[in-house]
Amino acid sequence: MTKPALRNDVRIIDTTLRDGSHAMAHRFTETQVRDTVRALDAAGIEWIEVSHGDGVGGSSFNYGFSGTDEMTLIAAAREEARQARIAVLLVPGIGTVDDLERAHDAGAEMVRVATHCTEADVSPQHFAAARELGMETVGFLMMAHRTHPADLAKQARIMVDAGCECPYVTDSAGALLMHEAKARFEALLDEVGDEALVGYHGHQNLSMGVANSVIAYETGVRSIDGSLCALGAGSGNSPTEVLAAVFDRLGIDAGVDPGLLLDAAEDVVRPYLNRWPKMDRNAIVQGWAGVYSSFLLHAERAAERYKVPAHDILRRCGELGYVGGQEDMIIDVAITLAAERDEA
Amino acid sequence: MDTPKVPVAIVGPGHIGTDLLVKLQRSDVLDLRYVAGIVESEGLTRAREAGVEASAGGVDWLLEQDPLPRIVFEATSAKAHAANAPRYEAAGIRAVDLTPAHLGPMVCPAVNGEDHLDAVNVSMITCGGQATIPMVAAVSRVTKVPYAEIVASISSRSAGPGTRANIDEFTHTTGGAVAEVGGADRGKAIIVLNPVEPPMIMRDTVYCMIGADADRTAITTSVHEMVLRVQEYVPGYTLRAEPQFDEPTDEWGGHARVAVFLEVKGNGDHLPPYAGNLDIMTAAAARTGELMARAELGALA
Repeated sequence: MTKPALRNDVRIIDTTLRDGSHAMAHRFTETQVRDTVRALDAAGIEWIEVSHGDGVGGSSFNYGFSGTDEMTLIAAAREEARQARIAVLLVPGIGTVDDLERAHDAGAEMVRVATHCTEADVSPQHFAAARELGMETVGFLMMAHRTHPADLAKQARIMVDAGCECPYVTDSAGALLMHEAKARFEALLDEVGDEALVGYHGHQNLSMGVANSVIAYETGVRSIDGSLCALGAGSGNSPTEVLAAVFDRLGIDAGVDPGLLLDAAEDVVRPYLNRWPKMDRNAIVQGWAGVYSSFLLHAERAAERYKVPAHDILRRCGELGYVGGQEDMIIDVAITLAAERDEA
Repeated sequence: MDTPKVPVAIVGPGHIGTDLLVKLQRSDVLDLRYVAGIVESEGLTRAREAGVEASAGGVDWLLEQDPLPRIVFEATSAKAHAANAPRYEAAGIRAVDLTPAHLGPMVCPAVNGEDHLDAVNVSMITCGGQATIPMVAAVSRVTKVPYAEIVASISSRSAGPGTRANIDEFTHTTGGAVAEVGGADRGKAIIVLNPVEPPMIMRDTVYCMIGADADRTAITTSVHEMVLRVQEYVPGYTLRAEPQFDEPTDEWGGHARVAVFLEVKGNGDHLPPYAGNLDIMTAAAARTGELMARAELGALA
C-alpha cells in the first residue's frame, strides 16, 4: 500500500458534516453544508467528511431518515470546496458499494470504511471497490476500547492488506483514557506504520479527545479527526478549532488557520446548532460504560417514549455489549427496563 | 407399514450441512440417503456415523447413485451451486439452495412455502430474510406497507467467511426479499455483527411503515399468528415484546410505524443455540423440502 503524502505535519479531517449529523438528527440542510464547507475550506482543512451520521445508506428508521438526501449534500459540498476534498463514511452492513459509487459520482474522493474493532474482515469488499474508483481510503476500527492493542493492530493489518491507506483508532464511545489510547496508537504504528498512515478519531465523553490527539501526534499518528463546536455523537468530537489552537501552540503545522476555524465554529456552526454537544450525565455514562456515542439521541427518545432514564438505558447497552449499528436494541432495552419498573 | 419417504441428499457437509443432516433425519417424509463433499472431512465422518452414505466424490459420485435423490439440499457456495444446479436439473433432481446463488424463486416457508412446490430450484434467501420476512408479511397481509426495514444482529462467531467477504450480498438480497416476498413496496436490510462473549443469540428487528389509521389490533393478531407458524419449524422463534406502535411523524411522511422485536434461538442440533441465524436457514430448508416432498407424494397417491 502506498502511504498517502502529507501536505503538513499532520492532517486534520473535519467530520462536522458527518459525525455532526448525529447531533443534528440527520437534518442538515444544503445551506448549512455549503456554509460550513466554505468556512472549513477557507481555513485550510484538507478533507471534509459529509454523509449521514451512520454513513452512506444510513438513512433509515433505525438511525433516522436524512432530512436532505446525502448525495445532494455531498454534491453541494464538492461544489463549495476550492482546495478541500470530500470524504464519506461507509459502514458495511448498512451501506453498500452501490452507495459508495453514488457518493463518488457526487464528488467524494475518500471513503472511510468503518467496522467494529474486531470485524475488519467485512471491509475488503469496500476497500477494493474504493481503490477501483480511485478513492483515498481510511479504515475505522470502531469502539477501539473493546479490544486489546495487539488485536486491534491485527485488524488494522487486515484493512491495510485490503487497500486501506490509513487505519484509525476510532474511539466511538469516547472511552479511551490516555494510556489506553497510546497503547493502541503504538500497536497500529508498529504493525502498519511503514505502509500506511495511522489515524485517531476521538469523542469528548470523558473529555479526552484533544488530549488523546496530542498523544496521538507525539506517538506518530498523522491523521486526526475533529468537528467544529465538537458537533458529533455523544458529547461530540475533539473540537477542530481547539485542535488547531493546541497544535499551533505546540508548533505543529496542521496547515490550518486557527483564527478562521474559530470564526467558522462561532459564526457558521453555532447559529444552526439545535444542541451543543456537552458532557452531561448521559454522555459521560457513554464514555464511562463504553457505549457507542451515536446511541445518545436514540436513548433520549426511547427514554421519553417509555418513561425510563436515558442513562439507565445507556448503561444497560454497555453491560450487554451492544455495538455500533444496534440502535434498535435501545428500544428493546427501554421496553425491558419499563417492564422491570412495572414489576417492581 | 412405513409411510413412503422421498430420497434426498445433502451436498456440502460443513457445519450447515451437518446441522441440516440432524434435521432431515427427524423428518417423516424425507429419507436422507446421501451426503456428498469434495474432500474427506469431519462432516462426512459424522454423516457415516449417522448411517448415511457419504463420499468425497462430489456431485459426480452423487449422480451415479441408484436410486438418485429426488431433492438435493445444497450448502456449498454460490459458485459451486451455480455449477451444480444444471446437472441436478438434467438428472431430474430438484434443489433447495442454501447458498447465495439465488437461481430459483425465493422461498420463506411460513410465507410462500406453498407457492413454489413445483419449482426445480428454490432459494432460501438469507438468514436475516428467513427471520424477518414472516413479520413483514404478517403486517402487509393486514395493511399496506410502503416501506419495511429489518435489522439483523448476529454473533460474530456465527458469521462465516463467505458472509464476511460479501456482506453487500446479504444487504441486497434481504432488502429485495423484504419487498418481493414480504409484500412491502420497498425494503431495506441492515446486518450487524456483535463479538460479545458469551455470544449473543440472533436478534432481529422489523420496522414497517403503516398508515396513520391502520388497524393496530389486526396487525398485532396477525404478527402473533405468524410467530406460531414459524415456531412450527423454529421453536426458538419468539417475540421479545408486543409489537410497538409509534405515532405518525413528518420524518416518516405522515406515516405511523410498527416495530417487531424478535429473538431467534437455534435448536442446538449441531450448531450452538446462539446461532439462530444458521438454524433458521437449515430449519427453513428442511421445511421447504418437506413441503415439496409432500406435494410429490400427494401427486403419486
